[in-house]
Amino acid sequence: MKPERHLSPSDAVELAPSFHFRWEEPQKAHVLLYPEGIVKLSETAAAILETCTGNPSIAQGTCELQDRYGRSDLGASVLEFLELAHAKGWIRVKS
Amino acid sequence: MPKDGSGLSLDGLGMPLWLVVELTYKCPLQCPWCSNPVDFNKYRNELSTEQWKSVLAEGRRLGSLQLGFTGGEPMLRKDLEELVAYADKIGYYTNLITSGVGLTPERLKALKKAGLKQVQLSIQACDSELNEKLVGLDVFDHKIAIARAIKAEGLPMVLNVPVSRYNIDHTAELIDLAADLKVEYVEFANLQYYNWALLNRSELIPTREQLVRSEAAVKAAREKLGNKLTIYFVVPDYFDTRPKACMNGWGSIHLTIAPDGTALPCQEARLIKGIEFPNVKEHSLEWIWKNSPGFNKFRGDGWMKEPCRSCDEREKDFGGCRCQAFLLTGDAANTDPVCSKSPHRHLIDEIVQRASAEDRSCGKPLTMRHHRTAHEPAGE
Repeated sequence: MKPERHLSPSDAVELAPSFHFRWEEPQKAHVLLYPEGIVKLSETAAAILETCTGNPSIAQGTCELQDRYGRSDLGASVLEFLELAHAKGWIRVKS
Repeated sequence: MPKDGSGLSLDGLGMPLWLVVELTYKCPLQCPWCSNPVDFNKYRNELSTEQWKSVLAEGRRLGSLQLGFTGGEPMLRKDLEELVAYADKIGYYTNLITSGVGLTPERLKALKKAGLKQVQLSIQACDSELNEKLVGLDVFDHKIAIARAIKAEGLPMVLNVPVSRYNIDHTAELIDLAADLKVEYVEFANLQYYNWALLNRSELIPTREQLVRSEAAVKAAREKLGNKLTIYFVVPDYFDTRPKACMNGWGSIHLTIAPDGTALPCQEARLIKGIEFPNVKEHSLEWIWKNSPGFNKFRGDGWMKEPCRSCDEREKDFGGCRCQAFLLTGDAANTDPVCSKSPHRHLIDEIVQRASAEDRSCGKPLTMRHHRTAHEPAGE
């Protein structure tokens, strides 16, 4: 699936409606569940997804992540991962 | 489902991530490609509501996440809503796999309220005449109405099209229908030839030319529709040169419970003679999954013969499908004959060749799935 457009840091993103994100104890990982599918997320992927969908913009989500991990250079890699998630249809831009 | 041929490889850490419960073998439709056993009359003792609940609870404890309610037609079970509610409560992502027959707007509302997450609805044609010919009942209008009702409830939906020579030329129209119904996913499930489909194989298998045209129609539609509709295309393995990574490997992530409680590594596995599959009425699901001889039979690669044993692709496709190897070569441990490295590949080539050569106007009639056409229970 091709996304309609590229994401920008000012975008607000949310999980696509048929996707469920949660911690799965037996897997010791966050998972995405969707119709007939499972994605097991790495710790980093889960942190980005959870933080950025929980903030008013990708930029604010990135700031929170940078504070949490004591970094100042996460913008590009956060956006790169979210582009991938967007292309896969996991997230959408809030309208 | 972990789709045959999708290339999906998922490490379940040894857990049965996918639990499929076939609540019943009963079905009002008579699809001549049904995946149920051809002697389904033999299995009459369906598990009770409480027995199903205990299967679901045990599955969750073993790490199951995705749950498919199927059959037969699962809507025939009056306790479906109760089972969905229970499954949702204990943390499953619940999928209903249905023909839509027996699904009413009222039951749909109740299912949604119970926590149902997704519906996979089958459709066989874009008009009622062909649809009736293929399923034996006039249910097309009902299917369309219920598809709209599912969308009106806001449930995500997969439209599943079992593909045979009868409908493969309507690929573009079926995609238009899916787009019109505003479903999220349409899946072209080229038939896999087991059980009833195997019985009717010569009548159902498309030609290579039909397949090429169908794939082209899918490609064109993907470009046109972008992310409005996801189109899955399950490759018909007979036309491939490598086998599908069936079930992501035997006993790897997939666990099916048949209506009578028999636990199977896939929905077809009970057709393999000589393996005794365990039943949830007699054993714990944990023992079944981890220790039973049936589930360990083809785990890993220790069971493999040549050419699989020394093949560098054995971890990619796990030697293909054990059921297919059994059906076509008589030994479930043989390489899936779809593989071009298999000494039995000529069997597949002959079938594909016959499919193109046959005069289609003189074909034999389809054997519809029905209790009257079902095979007599035979000793195993």
